[in-house]
Amino acid sequence: MAPLLALRDVDARYGPVQALRRVALTVDEGEVVAILGANGAGKTTTLRAISGTVRRTGTIEFAGRSLIRRGPEAAARLGIAHVPEGRGTFSELTVWENLRLGAHVRRGSLKDDFRRVLEYFPWLERRRSQQAGTLSGGEQQMLAIARAVMQRPRLLLLDEPSLGLAPLVVAEIFRIVGELNTREGTAVLLVEQNARTSLAAASRAYVLEVGSVAYEGASDDLAAHDAIRRSYLGY
Amino acid sequence: MTAALSTLRTPWRRVALGQWLVAALLAAVVVFLVVGSLQSSLFLQQTISGLANGGIYASLAVALVLIYRATEVINFAQGAIATFTTYVGWQLLAWGFHYWPMFALTIALAFVGGFVCELVAIRPVERRGNVLTVVIATIGLLILLEGLIGRIWGNEVKFMPSPFPARIYHLGGAAFSLQDLGTIGISIAAVVVLWLFFRFTKVGLAMRAAAVRPAAARLVGVRVSWMLSLGWGLAAALGAVSGLLAAASPSVLLQPSMMDGVLIYAFAAAVLGGLESAAGAVVAALLIGVLLSLLSSYVSWVTPALLLPVAFVLMLVVLLLKPTGLFGRTRVRKV
Repeated sequence: MAPLLALRDVDARYGPVQALRRVALTVDEGEVVAILGANGAGKTTTLRAISGTVRRTGTIEFAGRSLIRRGPEAAARLGIAHVPEGRGTFSELTVWENLRLGAHVRRGSLKDDFRRVLEYFPWLERRRSQQAGTLSGGEQQMLAIARAVMQRPRLLLLDEPSLGLAPLVVAEIFRIVGELNTREGTAVLLVEQNARTSLAAASRAYVLEVGSVAYEGASDDLAAHDAIRRSYLGY
Repeated sequence: MTAALSTLRTPWRRVALGQWLVAALLAAVVVFLVVGSLQSSLFLQQTISGLANGGIYASLAVALVLIYRATEVINFAQGAIATFTTYVGWQLLAWGFHYWPMFALTIALAFVGGFVCELVAIRPVERRGNVLTVVIATIGLLILLEGLIGRIWGNEVKFMPSPFPARIYHLGGAAFSLQDLGTIGISIAAVVVLWLFFRFTKVGLAMRAAAVRPAAARLVGVRVSWMLSLGWGLAAALGAVSGLLAAASPSVLLQPSMMDGVLIYAFAAAVLGGLESAAGAVVAALLIGVLLSLLSSYVSWVTPALLLPVAFVLMLVVLLLKPTGLFGRTRVRKV
């Protein structure tokens, strides 16, 4: 069976700086895959290349369609939810308006979707008319994921969901992402600074070094790999 | 980064104080107007006709705010677009349309026209240039439209009828013209309809999202560039309401420069309101209308020729005291 998402020979650049060099990776339907790497290795750029928020060349196929000539609007319509670095919260709008925007590409009633979102994030009910910018960092990260759930994506791109959050909140977020994956069958491509957390959440992982894939494999194998253990896990 | 953020952010106490002051000021103005109107019928009459003028300024001011919020550009062509569409309305009447069908059709045509203007004149410039290039493009559009009006309809003054019967209602000693009441009603209704659209419809929400966070809006699938075109269409439609109402007033004549003065008052209102706040622009526009109307009838040295300078002095004073406008919030910019 063809993978849900397949990247081959993907290059991306910011002006004169080449950020990705011949990146190849795949994500299967319903799979959780992690991207590891140091700062500036191209993790965020890989997600941006998939959703089309950065200029890129090569081959990117999602559910049998090429994404390479499509922008982020089209990627969202095809079923990719990108929760970007900094969460992409519409802080000027209310929580409920943020959730409505999540369902922008979908037709039909919002009620069922909202009920589904509340199963994961029951506290959103009380905060629905609150301005999103007044939520705490952890709440905003959860709102961003809730917004993605409203979109009913086949693939969720998660960029550094743990950034700047307390360990307990991070654990809660990863628990919810795992639940989303098992209950809805949403595939997840996860970028995370914290290698241990992401290897625990993902079944496979890619390690990026200066814009190229250096290692790839099952999470357990990578966690046991000497060089990776020393560089990214720190023991 | 955090240090820069904290110096840019106004302490909440000061924000709250400023908002209280503005609220108190507005309450005082309302009390003043109500008491004055109860005391004197001339005062009441002047207040009502000031509100009617303010309503005309308000629709154009909200049109300016709409485009400014989405692109941070002041659309200098807004007045010319309104004048042009009013001429279109005049033409429709000349072809035998009745007033209200003409009114609706003109607004629809203005919407399409604004949409096309953005597509043809603004979008190609915006893609390559910056805010300043877009501003210059709007000035070009202004000159083009004014030239077109002269070419198509000539520069001599035309007569535009009013949809309201020239009836005067007497209440106590005061006389209200149906003209003024109708103008107030329609301009307020236009702004309220627009507010409902932005608040409750999917497209309205998408337009707001595209205006505040274009990149994030794209990620959830909003077609941001179409939202900008839609914004221009809505702004032109509001401008058409303003132009048609202005032309219906007995004191305004339909000519290529008809909206020049209105645009300046509308601009003053938009700035006073904080440029980003439609509600602020409406309140400021009504205030300007009433203030000018009262000044011209109670202060003998304020002749009609002096009204524009007075509006400017008012704007300057408010901006000196509160640089973000009456309703503007200090923006937190991340650096």
